[in-house]
Amino acid sequence: MADPLLEARDLTKYFPVKAGLVFRRVNQWIRAVDGVTFSIAAGETLGLVGESGCGKTTTAKLILAQEAATSGVIRFRDQDITALQKRDLMDYRKSVQVVFQDPYSSLSPRMRVGEILAEPLEIHTSLSRAGIRARVGEVLELVGLPADSVRLFPHEFSGGQRQRIAIARALATEARLIVLDEPVSALDVSIRAHIITLLEDLQQTLGVSYLFIGHDLAAVAHISHRIAVMYLGKIVEMADSLDLCAQPLHPYTKALFAASLPSHPDEEKDEIVLSGEVPTALNPPSGCHFHPRCPIAMPHCSGEEPPLTEVAPNHWVACYAV
Amino acid sequence: MPTPLLQVDNLRTHFFGFRGQRAVKAVDGVSFSLEAGQTLGLVGESGCGKTTTCHSIFRILPPGAEVIGGSVTFAGEDLMQKSPRDMRRIRGRDMAMILQDPMASLNPLFTIFDQVAEPAYFHLGLRRQNLRSRVAELLHMVRIPSPDTRMHEYPHQMSGGMRQRIVGATALAGGPKLIIADEPTTNLDVTIQLQYLNLLKDLQRQTGVALIFVTHDLGIVAKMCDRVAVMYAGKIVEQGSVRTIYNHPQHPYTEGLIKSVPRIGSKSDLYAIPGQPPDLANLPPGCAFAPRCREVMALCCRDEPEEIVLADGHRSRCWLPVQEGIDG
Repeated sequence: MADPLLEARDLTKYFPVKAGLVFRRVNQWIRAVDGVTFSIAAGETLGLVGESGCGKTTTAKLILAQEAATSGVIRFRDQDITALQKRDLMDYRKSVQVVFQDPYSSLSPRMRVGEILAEPLEIHTSLSRAGIRARVGEVLELVGLPADSVRLFPHEFSGGQRQRIAIARALATEARLIVLDEPVSALDVSIRAHIITLLEDLQQTLGVSYLFIGHDLAAVAHISHRIAVMYLGKIVEMADSLDLCAQPLHPYTKALFAASLPSHPDEEKDEIVLSGEVPTALNPPSGCHFHPRCPIAMPHCSGEEPPLTEVAPNHWVACYAV
Repeated sequence: MPTPLLQVDNLRTHFFGFRGQRAVKAVDGVSFSLEAGQTLGLVGESGCGKTTTCHSIFRILPPGAEVIGGSVTFAGEDLMQKSPRDMRRIRGRDMAMILQDPMASLNPLFTIFDQVAEPAYFHLGLRRQNLRSRVAELLHMVRIPSPDTRMHEYPHQMSGGMRQRIVGATALAGGPKLIIADEPTTNLDVTIQLQYLNLLKDLQRQTGVALIFVTHDLGIVAKMCDRVAVMYAGKIVEQGSVRTIYNHPQHPYTEGLIKSVPRIGSKSDLYAIPGQPPDLANLPPGCAFAPRCREVMALCCRDEPEEIVLADGHRSRCWLPVQEGIDG
C-alpha cells in the first residue's frame, strides 16, 4: 500500500469525571477512544460507523487537533501532529478541514456566503483580495453553486445547498483530508444522493481524502473504500467496504447490517435484534466490550479482551469467535 | 367493501400570510383511506405537506393555517364538523400521535407515571390501583424493564430509545384505533431503531391499531407499511400497496426516490433527482414536479394531471401512463 496520508496509532482519549464540591477530584475516566489504530491513504475514504457514544466524534476531534489525545500518535505526512505548536498547527489545520452534520448551525447566519468562504483563506493564506475572490468563485463552482451566491446569506439556501457551502468552505484552503461528521444525516433522502455524488466527484477530481463518519451503513458503504466499525471506543472490525458488506465477521457488525433497513419490501433479512442499549464508556464491560449484548458470547469473552487480528488480507476483526 | 377507519377526501390546508395576500398551499387536495389495523406510509421530502396533513387530521394546526376544503371521516364521523370539545375527547382516546423528538413530547417536570397515566385517567376514567396497573401494563408492553419502579422516574433518567418507547406507551394509553407516528425513529441509533420498529409491529398485532408512518426514509416504509402514499408539493402523486410501488413505480418522482437510496454492497452511481422542491406559495403551472422530471413533456408544463386509477388501489398523478395508453 502507498504511504498513508494520515496514520493514527493506539490513539486514546480519556475524559476525567470529577466529583466533590470544592476539591474536585478525578475519580473516574470516560474512555471515549481507547486504543484506535487506522490509516487513510491519499484519495481514499475511510468510513467510521458505530452508534452514538461509541467515540466516532471524539476520534474526529482528535484528528482535527481540537482535542489533545491522552496517548497515541497521529502522523500526517510523516509529521506527528500531537506535538505540533502554533505555526505548524495552523499549517496542519489548513490541510485538514471538517464538514459537520447540521448545516443550519455550522454556518453563521450573520455572514454572507462570500465571507464564510473567504474566512479560511484570510486566516490560512496570504492571497490578495482579488485572489481570495477568485478562489471563492472557484470553490463555489466546484460544489455546483452559482457565482452570485456570495452576496446571499445562509438562510436563503436549502439544507442541501447549505451543506454544499460547508463543503466549499472545507475545500477553500485546498485541504488534503476532510473529516465528514455525519454530513448527510440531517438531509432528506433525495438530497443525500446529491451530496454523496458530489463528494465522490470531488474526490475523483481533487484526490482529497475523507474520513466519513456516519451511522447509516448503506451511505457509508457507498462512499467509503474501507470501513472501520467502532464500539465503545474501540475498532471491532475494519475491512474493505465491499468485503465488509459481503461478509461481516464481528457479531456487532452483523447486527448493524441486520438493523439497516431493507431497500425493498421483499428483501428478507435474518434479523439480529440486539438486546439492551450501548453501555456508557464510563464503566465499559470487562473483556470484549460487546459481550453483554453479543448473541454468541462465550464464557472467556468477559475475561480478556480479544485483540484486533488480520483474519483475511486487509480484514481485521477483534472477536474470539472468528 | 368494509368502510375504512379513516377516509381523507380532497383535504386542502393552506397557510395564509400578509393579511391573506399570500397563500402557501401546504396540503392541496389530498385523498387517501386507511383500514383498521393497516399501516400507511406517508413519504416525501421536507416541506411537502406530510406533517400538515397529519395536523389537519388531528385539528391541531398552528395559527395562520386553515383547512379550506375537504373532509376527514374517522370511524364514520366527520372530524371537520366536530367542536373543539369533542375533538379533545377524540384525541388521545381514538387517535394518538408519536412525534419525532421524545424529549420535546415528554414534560421534564412530570414523572413517567403522570404522563403515561393521563390519557387513561381522562378518557378511560381509571383511578388509583386500576390506573397504576394499567400504566405498569403499558410500560411492560413497550418493554421498559422493572416498570413498577421506573414509572416514578423522570424523562431525563431514561435513554433516548426508552423515552421514545414511553411516548409510545402514552399514545397507547387511551386505547386508540389510529396512531400517527411522525418520523418516530429519526433521532434513534440503527440498532435501537430496529428494536423500536419491531416493537411497534408487535403492538399493532396485539392491539389491532392502525398506523400512519410519516417518514422520508423509504427503508422504513419497505419494512413497516402495507400501503404507501408519496407526497410532493402538497399532493399525493402516487399511492398503492408497498409491493406495487416498489416493483412498478408509475410516477417519475417515486422512481427517483427509490433509486436515490444507496444499497448495501453496491457502489453503482446513485440517481439524484435534479433541482429542488417548488415554492408552495408560487407553484409552477401544470404538474408541480415537471421542472425536475426527466420524462417531462410539453403537456406537463401546461395541464395538471388528474389522479388516475391504474389497478386495484394503485393511483398516480402523472400524464405518462395516460400518454402511453393513447400511443399504445
